Parts: sequence; structure tokens; C-alpha cells
Amino acid sequence: MALLRRSETVIAGILLLAMVLIGTINPAFWQLDNLFSLMRSNVIIGIMAMGVLLVLISGGIDVSFPAFAVAAMYLTIKGMLALGYNGVVLPLLAATIMGLAFGAVNGFFVYKFRMIPLIVTLGTSAMVRGFLLGVVGTSMININKMPTALIEFARTDVVTVAKPDGTTYGLTAMVLIYLGLALAMHLVLRHTMIGRSAYALGGDPEAARRAGFDLRKTIFFIYCVAGALAGFAGLLHSGMIWLANPRDFVGLELDVIAAVVLGGASIFGGRGSVLGTMLGVFMLVMVKNSLIIMRVDTTWQLVVVGLIVIAATALSAWRDRRRAA
Amino acid sequence: MSDGFIELRGIRKVFSGVVALDAMSLVIKPGEIHCLAGENGSGKSTVIKIMSGVYQPDGGEILIDGRPIPAMTPIEAIAHGVQVIYQDFSLFGNLTVAENLAMNVHLGEKRRLMNWRRTRAIAREAVDRLGVELDLDAEVASLPTAGKQLVAIARALMSDARLIIMDEPTTALTRKEVETLFRIVRDIQARGIAILFVSHKMREMLEISERITVIRNGRKVAEGPTGDFDEALITRHMTGGDILNEPYAWNPPPGRAPAPRLEIRGLTVPGKCEGLDLAIRPGEIVGLSGLLGSGRTDLALALFGMVPRYEGEILIDGAPVRLRTTQEAIDAGIAYVPEDRLTEGLFLPQSIKRNMLATSYERLARKLVIDRSQAEEMTQGMVRAMQIATPTAEKPVMQLSGGNQQRVVLARWLLTDARVLILNGPTVGVDVGSKAEIHAKIRELAQHHGLAVLMISDDVLELVQNCNRIVLMHRGRFIEDLPAAAVTEETVSDRLKTFT
Ligand SMILES: Nc1ncnc2c1ncn2[C@@H]1O[C@H](COP(=O)(O)OP(=O)(O)OP(=O)(O)O)[C@@H](O)[C@H]1O
Ligand SMILES: [Mg+2]
Repeated sequence: MALLRRSETVIAGILLLAMVLIGTINPAFWQLDNLFSLMRSNVIIGIMAMGVLLVLISGGIDVSFPAFAVAAMYLTIKGMLALGYNGVVLPLLAATIMGLAFGAVNGFFVYKFRMIPLIVTLGTSAMVRGFLLGVVGTSMININKMPTALIEFARTDVVTVAKPDGTTYGLTAMVLIYLGLALAMHLVLRHTMIGRSAYALGGDPEAARRAGFDLRKTIFFIYCVAGALAGFAGLLHSGMIWLANPRDFVGLELDVIAAVVLGGASIFGGRGSVLGTMLGVFMLVMVKNSLIIMRVDTTWQLVVVGLIVIAATALSAWRDRRRAA
Repeated sequence: MSDGFIELRGIRKVFSGVVALDAMSLVIKPGEIHCLAGENGSGKSTVIKIMSGVYQPDGGEILIDGRPIPAMTPIEAIAHGVQVIYQDFSLFGNLTVAENLAMNVHLGEKRRLMNWRRTRAIAREAVDRLGVELDLDAEVASLPTAGKQLVAIARALMSDARLIIMDEPTTALTRKEVETLFRIVRDIQARGIAILFVSHKMREMLEISERITVIRNGRKVAEGPTGDFDEALITRHMTGGDILNEPYAWNPPPGRAPAPRLEIRGLTVPGKCEGLDLAIRPGEIVGLSGLLGSGRTDLALALFGMVPRYEGEILIDGAPVRLRTTQEAIDAGIAYVPEDRLTEGLFLPQSIKRNMLATSYERLARKLVIDRSQAEEMTQGMVRAMQIATPTAEKPVMQLSGGNQQRVVLARWLLTDARVLILNGPTVGVDVGSKAEIHAKIRELAQHHGLAVLMISDDVLELVQNCNRIVLMHRGRFIEDLPAAAVTEETVSDRLKTFT
């Protein structure tokens, strides 16, 4: 564990260095409103990253969660509009359960047919997106139709600060939800047997089987949790941006996987931590945010994120090889 | 009538037509150290898998405490106290020593929560019981082989074991580590736990065991107290004949000595070895020994293009070559048989044929398409020449016994028309009979095909008998270059002992 802690210190160090660098190029970076807005951008990616972390630790991969998130979100909002229901808890619960159900499909194929998770999740992702656009609808639901309760909920701030010119800005309370879920994931991973079974499965599936882990339970748990977190994050997202777009989250899987790998999780399974992942998410969001501020074209942002995935994976592969030596 | 803890009676096991065990019997008494000896493919690993319930026998009986066990399963075997230390140890490299040790206890108790303090306590107890030093917080992947083995043994001891089975536990260990292992084995025995031990090293068998069972072609051919056996007798039982060993004599053609086939000048791998000079002439077999970490493997890797940042000069037949990739090394006529055939050498699920031809495809596909008849001919020839025990070259290498796998690796390199052959532990895990055959093959290659051979080995006897010169290495430097005729196994071993 000392080693793992060390890799997190390294990530924290790199993050700090990047912050100082960005701060020198753009002094506005350190202003409180910018930091608040950065933290706000961490919430959705961060919650999804917790699911991806779990999947990566178990030696799998998930590219279907953005599709699950958008489907859970759009279906829930459509349902709310149809029923004329305006609330927060029940819809969030519904979106979570929908995500969980989608995740169970992934788990079924991965466990039952021993299929490669990449192929399974690519397939379910395409199916869910296709179904959503083809059957449910393609039109965006704008602020004028969005359920107000969701928007109100997502607007809650923890602290509010007034600027000299009288306008105010605040830190969204959604950050607390993110922190709470991250803490829960940390507890699951470190202090429950199901969490440890994910590490065991990612470390050596054959040894895990011989040791007597119930791998069916583990695999279903992993993909269901990843799906549930995605569903939850999807609906929360629509409340935060006041918009339900059935074409949302395209390409998000790359960002989230990049963040998790950046946070020290091994793409080959068996290694990764919540703290590292949170640092990775922060780093990715910060880099993308600075690219936007520096007016770098979105196409070039893609190049940067791709580079980050490759560099971080290469780095962790190198680290794992050195450890094993 | 049986006084054994576990007894096999007339066990038969057939794998798709191949009889692996036939009327095999074996008795292991409570608390004894028992050795199982036999050539490669004689069925030792199969016996172990039958005792541990991994394979179901096709005939015969298994008795524990004199009572027949109708259907042995892995769970049944563990419940009766039979524990196997697998060759891959079956550990989680990404987890700590403590967690690996405590895992089975947690699983057995069907816990939902992970109690780290208790995990440490369980692990501490297990390690203390074994009486060894192990860092409980170390990640298992970072441990050396011997350390991983200790973890596996400590774990096996935690369940109420009555028999611990170890399949070739010493192959990857240094002499010192073997001594530690033997001390532990005796400790375990003192607690009344029996140990079944498989090894190809005669000396180790005679040193550690109390009783020996020898099997040949899936049948027991001899059994008795270790005192009744010596190396020659075991060998005779294993092979059904004697093996004579005459030292290798290099006879250069009369007149001028031939130019070196391989020459290295001032070879340096930063931090590993320094300023190495060596010339090997055609037909020479040069032995290289030294303790683990002496730099001998680094030298071999540099010669095979796996250390692109080496300094110094390498010449093949007088022409300087620069070896930055393995392809360049192969093109230069260098062949390398690695130490760890399982991870570095073989594609286990693939057929013998594919494995043999792995480095020859380029040559076979001169006209873009692979010359199938030539490929067939080459493989058949090699299967025969190397005497690989298999009905067909299409069999996956995975299904071969350890020694036969080693022959496949050798065969692959012999097919490349190499001029320089580097062997790293060429007969690790190979029985005496096949060892002699592999040695004969290597000598023939040197003598009649003019290969220059560099043989790296821990087995001093192997070097003394098969090399015409022995180079000793320590801390990255060549310390001595001895003509084999002037040394004996003892003198070389004594010299090696002074290196620490
Ligand atoms: N799973 C399998 N499928 C088919 N044949 C097998 C299988 N396992 C073993 N065999 C065959 O059974 C015979 C005995 O093999 P086994 O592995 O028990 O030998 P061994 O004595 O352990 O040899 P070594 O010393 O080389 O490890 C060999 O001919 C081998 O090819
Ligand atoms: Mg074997």
C-alpha cells in the first residue's frame, strides 16, 4: 500500500506543478470563481469516473456508461413530463435504477459468455443510443420545459460570494454529492470483501477462482454499480445545465477513462484508488478548461485528451513492469 | 492394511488416447518427506493433480486414512488437508503479502467486510508460524520468486494441512534459497505434516527426502527409503538404463586455431556488467557461472539485442555488429534460449509446430506464401531429433510436460541456422535422461556444425561435463577463465562460494 500511496503523491505533485504552470500563464486561474467553476465541472465526470475505476480495477473496461447516462437521463425527464411529476429524489432513484439495469446487461454478457468487456460495452452502448434516438425521440428538452425542481436542486450552493460589482457566485452543493459518492466508493473498495474481490479478479482471475471468490457476484456488482453511477450522473447533469439532450455525452468515455488512468489506475486491472482517481479527474478537467480559456480549438482538445490517455497508460504500464521486476 | 495418510492404487489416467498414468500406485505416510522422481512426461504432475482433485482418474482408487474417496474434488482434497503449492503459486501480485495470506480465511468465514487489522494479525501469525521474515505490506509482485514461494507455503500451512505437495519448487531458486526452503520443509515435517516433493535434481532429492518413489511411463518402478538409493540407481530406474558422461573435448583443427566466431571487447552494460572480453571459437562450448545478479543474464540479453544501450564491441566471425534489437541479433546469427521458457520463450496455447517455426517463418515464406511441405518436414525432423514425446506436432505446447517444452524452445533456435548459441539454464526442470540427450545435441551442434556455444548455468556439474572452458563472473566482471579439463565440480563450486 505504501507504493500505491506513493503513486498518488506523484500524481498530486504533477497536479500542483500543472496548477502553478497554468496559474503563471493565466493569473485568473487562481481566482475563487474560476476554482469554484472548476470544481463544478468535476462533479459529473468524477461520479462517472468512480464507476469506471471499479471496472478498470477488475480488469475490465466500460465504454457504455455515457450512453447509459444519456438514456437514463432522457427517459426519466420524458417520464416526468409525461406524468407531470416535479421532484428530485424519485427521479434520481429512477435514473439510477435504469443505469443499474443497463449495467446488469453488460455484467450478464461479460460473465455468462466470457466476452471481452470492450466488445460488450461497445455493443450495449450502440444499442442503447440507437434505441433512445430511434424510439424515444431526438428533440432537446429546454429550460422552458425542464422540471423546475431538478434545476432548483442543482442550483443549491454551499457558499455564496459577492463580487465587488454586486453579482454573486458560489460553489455548487453538487460537489458534496460527488465527495459523498467518492467516499462511499473508497469504503467499498478498501473495506468490503466485494471491493477486494474486484482487485483479486483484476490481479489474477484464475487465482481468484481457485481461492473461491464468487466471480459472478463480483462481475455483476461491478457493471451494475458502474451503470447506476452513470444513470445518476446523467440526470444530475441535466439539472445542472438545464437541458436534456438525447445526443449528450458523445465522446465522454474517452475523457473519463483518461482521468481514471491519469489517476494511477492500471488499464490492465488490479490497481487504482479513489483518491488517485479524484486527482486524475481534477487534472483532466483543469487541462481541458485551460485549453478552452486559451481558445484552443475543440478538435485540438481531442488530440490532447488522446495524448493524455496514451501517456498515462504508457506510464502506468512502465510502472507495473518495474514493480514486477 | 495401509499405514499411509494418502494412498493411490492402480490409478489410470488417459488424455485423449495418450496414457499418462497406468496402474500407478503411491503411498505417502503421515509426516514423511517423500520424493517423486521420473523423467519428463513420466506423469509426476498428473499424479499430483489426481491427488488434489484437479483431474478425475479413469480407473483406480484414492484412499485417505485407509478409507476410499469415491470422487476427489479440489474442495474435498483441501478438506482432507491436501494442499498444493502450484508452480505459478496462484497468488495475487497486485495485493499485499498480508492480504494474500488472509484472503482464504476471510473467504472461508464468508465475511462481507474487510478488517485490515485482523488481516494483519492473521498474516503475522501465518508468517511467524513459518518462522521467516516477510514484509507483510509488500506487494507480492515485488517479491523475488523465493519470497512468493514463502507466501504460498505460509498460506498452505494456515489451513489444517496434513500433506503439502510441491511441484518442482526449487527450479527457480538459488542455492541459498533452496537451503532456506529445505529448512522450512523440515520444520513443517516436525509438525507432523507430510510433504511430497518433485524435483529433477538428484542431489536435492537424496538430501531432503526420507522415501523415494520413481515412476517411468506412468507406472511406479521403484519405491523405498532414500538410504537405499543413489544417483546412479535412481537414474537407472528412471530411464531403464545407465547414462555415461564423458567430458567435452574441443579439438580444433590442426594448425592455426580458427578465428573466433563470437568476440566481445570491453562490453559494458551500465550498472550490470563492465569491460567484458571474451572470444568463443567455432566448436567451443564455454560455460558461464556466477551467483544470481552477477550480470551473467545481462550479458546474455545484451548479446541478444535486448539491451540496446550497451557499450563496447561485438564481433561475429570478425565482423563488428551492432545489436539493438532481437531481430538484428537473429540476423547476425545469434540464438538465445532464455532462462524462463514459460514467460520468455513459448506461446503455450499454440502448437508445437508453430512454436518451433516461430523464428523461421520469414525464411519459409521466401515467396510470400509459406512453404508448407518444407515447414512440415522441418518440424517432423526436429520432433524426431529432439525426441519430443508427442503423437503429433499439432499438440499445444501447454499439454507437454516441462522438459518436453524446453526441447521445443531449443528446437526453435536450432532451426534458425544460428552460428552462436546462448543457452541460459538449458536443462532447468529437465530430467537426467533428457538432460543427457540435450547435452549430446548441444555438443553435436558445436562439434559438427561449428557453433560457438555460451552455456549459462547454476549447475556446475553440467558446465564441467559439457564445456571446454568455464568463465566465472562476479559483480559484473569476469573473474576467471578456466579450462574445463583442469577443474572439477568441487573446485569450481568452492571458488563460487568465495563470491559473496
Ligand atoms: N492436459 C493434458 N492434456 C493432454 N495430455 C496431457 C495433459 N497433461 C499431461 N499430459 C500428458 O501426460 C503425460 C504426463 O505428463 P506430466 O505433466 O504429468 O509429466 P511430468 O512427469 O510432470 O513431466 P515434467 O517433469 O516434464 O514436468 C505427458 O505425456 C503429457 O504430454
Ligand atoms: Mg511436471
